[in-house]
Amino acid sequence: MLKTFPKGGIHPPENKLTSAKSIKKMPVPKMVYVPISQHIGIPAEIIVNVKDKVEIGQVIAKSGGFVSSNVHSPVAGVVTKIDKIIDTSGYKKQCIVIRTDAKNESNFEEIDYPLKKDITMEPKDILQRINDYGIVGLGGATFPSHVKLSVKEGTFLDYLIINGVECEPYLTADHRLMLEKAEEILVGIKILMHALHIDKAIIGIENNKKDAIDILKKLTVNDSGIKVAALQVKYPQGGEKQLVRAILNREVPKNGLPLDVGVIVHNVGTIFAIYQAIQHNKPLIERVVTVTGKKLENASNYWVKIGTPISDLVNEVGGLPEGTRKIVNGGPMMGKAIKNLDVPVTKGTSGILVISEDEASRGEPKNCIRCGECVDVCPMGLEPHLLMNLSEKGMYEKAGSEDIMTCIECGSCSYVCPSHRPLLDYIRFGKTIVKKLNTVKN
Amino acid sequence: MSESVLYSVFLLVSLGSIAAIVLYVVSKKFYVYEDPLIAEVEDLLPAANCAGCGSPGCKSFAEKLVTTEDISNLFCPVGGNDVMKLVAEVLGKEVAEKDPTLAVVRCQGGCDVRPKTTEYQGPRSCAISAMIYSGETDCQYGCLGDGDCVTVCKFDAMYMDEATGLPVIISDKCTSCGACVEACPRDIIEMRPKNKRDLKVFVGCLNEDKAGIAKKACDVACIGCSKCQDICPKDAVTMINNLAYIDPAICTLCRKCVEVCPTHSIIETNFPPKKVKKEAPKVEAKVESENIKTDA
Repeated sequence: MLKTFPKGGIHPPENKLTSAKSIKKMPVPKMVYVPISQHIGIPAEIIVNVKDKVEIGQVIAKSGGFVSSNVHSPVAGVVTKIDKIIDTSGYKKQCIVIRTDAKNESNFEEIDYPLKKDITMEPKDILQRINDYGIVGLGGATFPSHVKLSVKEGTFLDYLIINGVECEPYLTADHRLMLEKAEEILVGIKILMHALHIDKAIIGIENNKKDAIDILKKLTVNDSGIKVAALQVKYPQGGEKQLVRAILNREVPKNGLPLDVGVIVHNVGTIFAIYQAIQHNKPLIERVVTVTGKKLENASNYWVKIGTPISDLVNEVGGLPEGTRKIVNGGPMMGKAIKNLDVPVTKGTSGILVISEDEASRGEPKNCIRCGECVDVCPMGLEPHLLMNLSEKGMYEKAGSEDIMTCIECGSCSYVCPSHRPLLDYIRFGKTIVKKLNTVKN
Repeated sequence: MSESVLYSVFLLVSLGSIAAIVLYVVSKKFYVYEDPLIAEVEDLLPAANCAGCGSPGCKSFAEKLVTTEDISNLFCPVGGNDVMKLVAEVLGKEVAEKDPTLAVVRCQGGCDVRPKTTEYQGPRSCAISAMIYSGETDCQYGCLGDGDCVTVCKFDAMYMDEATGLPVIISDKCTSCGACVEACPRDIIEMRPKNKRDLKVFVGCLNEDKAGIAKKACDVACIGCSKCQDICPKDAVTMINNLAYIDPAICTLCRKCVEVCPTHSIIETNFPPKKVKKEAPKVEAKVESENIKTDA
């Protein structure tokens, strides 16, 4: 029996259309639009001026605090504008626009570095470099990695868990990365184990990626420290708390972090970025993006420079098909529809999903029939119907005491609701208000 | 027969007297003294319970008025100066006099002038759609059109205009309680002073984008050309982030800015129709003035 988390969860159609497509390199865009706020936390501070020449990998915006991250230039070129541009948040945000220098060879270099296994850096330097090189969680939440890794001395920590679950339907970026860069990822894991002074790591992968499980298992046969755990296919297996519960049978306390039970969780994409930063001196300037959709001609996975407009990606796969209704940044469950095609790819863009008319409609909301489906599927053991009503009626204090803040916003409740009630919309709204009330209280 | 009647009468009378004694004892035992002034002041207040004063309701506001020594910074926007004067007489305290205000909607971007570029499918609530993205149009400063302000208005002083998709404030009913100002996630509604004939001149736009972008998103957007600032004889217009703002304290309602605004984003309300040249038919002028009124 494969492992999984015990409570809730759903089985949406997987639709992994691109799992057999190897990661192609996206042509270097003519212009890149680099938002300064690509991570959770304080936005970075711009340190370049208009008309400045920038090199590839140069810091163009400096981390604005502890929970913040550096932003690097993804191309060599000239800063043409510093302007407000609509980003994935749906609002206009500060953005550095760089015109690519077509003559500069560094823009077009291949990224296939030879594998480098020896770890020569000191743990302290490794953490500093992860901070300097702008590495954030690439699973989608974009939480700055160095914050996760700064463990106070004396804290109980015995496991590193690598999140290769990719439970979102459609997305295959992590899957392909594990297949193509398996050895590099293992080196990346060793780097982190070295930096954190721990000797046990487990890679969690859902059982629908058997090829990735096989490859990683083969490579770790003689390795006593790193294990591969095949997991049941169930959404949201990739949630940190769900993953820790499934693999180690440890319950992360409410409003707590995996570190409270001695675990640190990182996504495979982040691990690969850390590998490149430590072994090849490369900051986080590109990532794997799955461009997919049922009607797309050449749906595939791409290495994309941060800041590439999504229109470039869509053109690369053969243009928008007729009847396109929605374009989602991320997966269909937790992703967010974008406002127009000029929105750039950021560090958190794991996929671009093109949805047609018949899939996009949400259905007219009707009355709650008290069927309890949402309670059944909630992986956090909450009562979504109650939280929605409390939030809708403005009873935020009660919502807070009903643990609205522990919601991980996976959207399972909205997915199963037979009355098409906008459960997550209201819960998410309630969360923002409760958060405000809590900060006022403190 | 008569026995059963007597019996039930006796039973009820004795039950009633026992209850009366218990109630009397309890009311004496658990008596809480309340300042009779509170009830007196509460009677003076409009009993709208709108929370416009900052207290949850009229009763708690009355308590606050009675218990606070200096009430010069407390004000009932619904009752206005008249009510506050009566309260001051009863309590023998000083109250501040405030100019009456009225809510205005600072967005004219109706469906006809501000084209929709996306479609929003979530719950119809401004607060939620503002949390998700910048709205269905390309203007991220303007009205979202889901009517949170209308929902919170306790005085039926607002409605959504179906033709434009924008909220409309009925001046006669507005008590300036400020609920709509709080509810609007975009800060579109502003309290502006209400003079005798309710004449107002204000910028009906909040778009801070540069001229080209603003104009592309909305025909009646303020493009930050500064013409109004240049022509204003009293320096009542300030330009911040490509956006004009008319300070109601300085503005003398001369309406010179209204004429020069190239995008007609400055709104004038309730002014008598201008003298029309003799050639023009009078009926048209009337229609025009009515339009202006409903826009208010």
